[in-house]
Formats: sequence, C-alpha cells, structure tokens
Amino acid sequence: MLTLKVALRNIARNRRRSAMTGSAVAVGALALLVFGAFVTYIFASLETGLVQRIGHLTVFRNGYFVFGTGNPAAYGIDGFRDVMKAIADDPVLSPLIRVVTPTQAVLGIAGNFEGGNDAAKTFLGVGVIPSQQQRMRQWDEFGEGTVYKIDAELSDDQPTRGLVGGGLSRILGLCGPLKVKDCPAPPQAAPGTPASGAPASVDLGELAGREAGATVAAEKALPRLDLLAATAAGAPNVVSLNVVGVAQQGVKELDDNYIAMHLELAQQLVYGRGEHKATGIVLQLHRSEDLPRARARLTTLFAERHLPLEVRDFAELTPFYGQVVNLFRSIFAFMTAIMGVIVLFAVVNTMTMNVMERTNEIGTIRAMGLRRNAIRRQFVAEGAFLGAIGATLGLLIAVAVVAAVNHAGLTWTPPANAAPTPLRLDLYGRPVLIVGTWLGLVLVAVVAAYIPANRAARLAIVDALRHV
Amino acid sequence: MHNDSTAVVRLDDVSRTYRAGDIEVAALKGISMEVPRHRFSMVVGPSGSGKTTLLNLIGCIDAPTAGRVEVCGERVASLSDNALSDFRARNIGFIFQSFNLVPVLSAYENVEYPLLLVGTPAAERRRRTLEMLEAVGLSRQSRQRPNELSGGQKQRVAIARALVKRPQIVLADEPTANLDSRTGAAIIDLMHQVQGDFHTTFIFSTHDPQLISHAEEIFSIRDGELVEHRTTGAAHAHA
Repeated sequence: MLTLKVALRNIARNRRRSAMTGSAVAVGALALLVFGAFVTYIFASLETGLVQRIGHLTVFRNGYFVFGTGNPAAYGIDGFRDVMKAIADDPVLSPLIRVVTPTQAVLGIAGNFEGGNDAAKTFLGVGVIPSQQQRMRQWDEFGEGTVYKIDAELSDDQPTRGLVGGGLSRILGLCGPLKVKDCPAPPQAAPGTPASGAPASVDLGELAGREAGATVAAEKALPRLDLLAATAAGAPNVVSLNVVGVAQQGVKELDDNYIAMHLELAQQLVYGRGEHKATGIVLQLHRSEDLPRARARLTTLFAERHLPLEVRDFAELTPFYGQVVNLFRSIFAFMTAIMGVIVLFAVVNTMTMNVMERTNEIGTIRAMGLRRNAIRRQFVAEGAFLGAIGATLGLLIAVAVVAAVNHAGLTWTPPANAAPTPLRLDLYGRPVLIVGTWLGLVLVAVVAAYIPANRAARLAIVDALRHV
Repeated sequence: MHNDSTAVVRLDDVSRTYRAGDIEVAALKGISMEVPRHRFSMVVGPSGSGKTTLLNLIGCIDAPTAGRVEVCGERVASLSDNALSDFRARNIGFIFQSFNLVPVLSAYENVEYPLLLVGTPAAERRRRTLEMLEAVGLSRQSRQRPNELSGGQKQRVAIARALVKRPQIVLADEPTANLDSRTGAAIIDLMHQVQGDFHTTFIFSTHDPQLISHAEEIFSIRDGELVEHRTTGAAHAHA
C-alpha cells in the first residue's frame, strides 16, 4: 500500500515528466489499437468474403487440389449426392454446418457469335446451385456485411442463365447488351485475322447448333454465349449460356476468364449424357472456429467409408488470403516492436531521472531498513503506473477515433475486391487486441522501469546518502 | 536515567579504507571503543577526521575493511543484506544533517514509515505516530509535507521518525548543522528530553560546541584514530 501511495505521489510530483512519458505510452497504445482494429477488420472482411464465396471447407476427389484444375472432368466425385447426404446426416457435422452444396469447375472456350459478333475466349467456369450460393453469401459471423453481392439474376429454375467476369464481357463484346459502364468496345480485327483466342477452324455457333440436346433455347433480350468444353469422355461438347449480368472479379486474370453458371449446365457441358458428378462439395459452417473440428471429422468419415476424398479449407484454396494475413501481421509486429522500443526508452529515461533525483531518499529509506527488493518494487510500481495511465489514455482516445472513423462513412477497395466496401475499424468486442495491447505496454513499462529500479536497489547506502 | 553500563556498541580494531582510483584513503585506522547503553554520546573531531565513517559502521550501513563491529550484541558482519536491513529497521534510528524526509509523504506518514517497516499493527502504529508527533510538538502539522515545514520542524519530524519505533540506538550525524543556533538549541533540548523519556542510546557526530556541552560520553577522533574517550557530568547537569 505504501509502495503504491509513494509511486502515485511521485508520478504526480513530477507532473511534466510523467505527462511526457504517459503521452509516449498513450501514442503507442493509440497507434497499436487503431492499426490493430484496422488489421482485425481486414482479416474479418477477407475471411467473410472468402467464406461467402467458397465456404469454409471443400471436399475434392483425391489429387484434384494438386492436378485436377487442369482437367476438372477427370476428378469428379462419384455419387456426390450420397457423399453430401452422409455429411449432412453425420451427428458431429450436422450441427456445425450451415450450407452443403456441390460445385462443378469447367474449362473451355466461350464464343459470342450473335449480332455480327465473332469473338471467342478461353474461360474458367464454375457451376453452382444459385439458391445455396445466395444463402452462403448471407453468412456474416463477424458483422462485416455482404462483401460479395448476392447474384439475384441467377435462380435454381433458370439453368441456362449465367454471369461473366467484367474482363470477359469486354473481350467477348458483351458490354453493350449488358450495359456495362466504362467498358470499351473491342477493336475491329484486321481482314483475314481470326478473332481473339478462337481457333479459326471451329465455328462454335454452328457446332452448338449441331449438338443434339446441348443447346437450350435462348431467352429473348439476353445475350447468348456458346460454351465449348471437352467432356469427361474426351469428346467436344457445347452448350448455350444466357448471360444475365457481370460479376466483377478483383483479380484481372480471373475477371478475364470467369463464368458462373447453374450446376446443371456445367455438368451437362462436362459430362454430357454420362453420369453427372461434381468437382467439389462446399461446406459453409456456422462459425469459423469449428473449422478444425469439422475438417477432422470429415477426414475420419471418409476414411471410415473408404472414400477417395480430401478436404481443403478456404485459406489453402486461396493462397492470397494467407499472404495478406502474413503481410498485415508482419506490419503489425514491426509496428509493435517500434512502439515497444519507444515506450521502453521513454520509461527508462524517466525512471533513470527519477532514481538520480531520489538517490538521497533511496539511501535514507535503505538506512531505515527498507530491503533492496522493496526499492526495486517501488520504482517498478512507478513504471507500471506510468504505463497503465498512458495505455488507458491511449485506449480511450482509440475508442473515440474508432467511433469517429466508423461513423464517417468512409469506403475503400480491399485487396482482390472489385467494388469499394465500407471502411470499419473493429475494436469493440476484440478483447485480445485491447487487453493484449494494454498489458503489453504496461509490461514494457515494467521491464523498462526494472533497469533503473535495479540500479537504485544496488546503490551503496553511504554513497546514496552522500549524493547531492 | 538508567544506569546500565553494558556497551551497546563494540568496535574492535576497526579500519575502513576507501579506494579512489589507485589511491587508498584510510578513513578509520584500528579503532577500538565501546559505547555505553542509554547515554548521550558524541563523536567529535574536525572535518574529515572519520566521524561520519564511524557512525556509518555503527549504523550498519557500511562495512569495515578490517576489525569487528558488534551492535546491540550482534556481530553485524555475519548478517546478510536483508537481515541487516531488518536489524536496522528494528534497532537503529537515523537523524540526518539535511533531515532527509521523504518529500511525497506528510509529517505523519514520515513518522509512521519506520513502523510500517517492522510490521506494527495499524492501530498501534497510529497511536505511536500521534504520540511521537505530540512529543516533538508537531501534532498540528501532521498533514503537512516536508516542503511546507521549516528547518526546525523538519528536524523534529526526523527525530520523531528516528524514535517512533523505539530503537536501541539513534545515530545523528551533525543534526544541528543546518539549523540556526536558536533552533539548534531547541532541537538539542528536544533530543535530550526524548532520550530521557525513551531511554535510547544517542550517538552523535558533531563539532557543534552547543551540542557537545550536552555529551555524557565524548569520543574524540583525529585522522581516523580515536585520540580520547572521556565521560562528562553533563547527564546530571541536564537531567
């Protein structure tokens, strides 16, 4: 009690010095909390976006993750509906899962031959069940809002409808019919030059017309694309896709190749009249923290049933996520180190001055019988108080800054996103960040104070009493 | 006063040498002496004669280079640093020339401080602190901080602080040096009075003739050597 009383009174006694040191700690706390809140928002936003789009976990046939993207048709999951049922009915997995839905990857060539167009381009397509995809996009565990807009243009009962990436719509000359803003028309090809990317010997429109059962009647007023792909059996297959809109992708390579379509259409393109399979079974969980448990259970389930399936999480499927997380973690760690050093030096400097000024007092109370450890405690307590006062002040300012930013209506475009999203700082409800920063800075202040405190404790009493 | 003739401090062939770079300075040279219990003893001598060094050794805040120091029956060289701190907290009170009060504590808290070090219960602590402040005439100034007190008042607080735990020995290093003669005389009277009341052994270092006139035992030191020890009749004169 006496230690605390003396510590607080000495802090109050050296008001200006204490204020300067406390300010340094407060600035450190403010910077770490605000940047930490921003980083937390980035992580939550990225995770929300990915989970809304590709779920938490995806089940693939063994080998698909390493080799299958080059030939999705060869890595289809046999009896995928039975696998989905087994997952949905599993007593461990069932309460954890929000959505289980199949997907089909497609690689092929898309051509636009309507209205005088003659453009073709390789594409990377994905077949989904629209209603389940829309349900996935409503997942919002961290309260970030919808990062990827719901594709309202697609519906389960319109299997011929699809969306294309902004880049692909531009290349295939769909900007006009789709009313895409800031989208220039493709340049006229020189006479005798084949259209971009299209094999000159293949007329997709004609081929589509010949493929029995492959084409579906085009909806009036919707631009149509003809999609060509090799079936699992190796034969060429063509279907028609009615393009209802553009789904901008944040990465140009994807934006120039992306097509989203109904699962049925994708399966028809890849498997024709053969058995329809799926390249992936996407699982979206209620809570991200259940991911390791769900993954472990899936692995066990497949082993028990001797199914040649593997499980990958969203971070594995999106290396970009890990890179962004690591980048921001590195910046945060670097910033933490800098702030820690600033606080360390500020407190060491202040406490060293305090010890020097109070050398005679130290000698006196040591002579009166105070032990060395008590001297150490005394100065460490002062350092801890300085740290605590500064960190608390920084926390209060950070709360105000976060409130101001969150109410300012700022927007920004996150990495790999196509559209701006509201900028938010996630500080409230992040106890690890708040308590960690506060305790961390107080700990740095304690460590910093220990150095001069130890020197004070080791002073020879007679030397301390002689000090003027 | 008590007529207890046993020595409270025994020094046997004690030397203390300081080292300043390559030069060794002998502050005390083979001093042997015994300080009787419950007396008003003075260590006198010119500046630099070794008075303060001698008091430091008796106060267990310094260690001899050679020889043996026994305080209150304890051979202090055998004690660890913590044990020595506890020993000082229980047995020795200090009064300094510059008062050395803790500036952030009030007069009351300064006087109470030694009792906290020896773990005196709160109620007893309060009673004894108030009693000591009353004894030195500072009851009304108990809430004031040292910077709000005069030099004489500060030294009174220092005296109260030294005596409140009822130590066996009070060491006072030039206690009147920073006071005017009138205040110094009042402080001397006060110390003499409380010494009688509390039956404590006072050991001073001084060259203040006013203070020396109150001595019962005088140890004269010159160039680090004890040159004279005499007993005076001052005790009876001031009792």
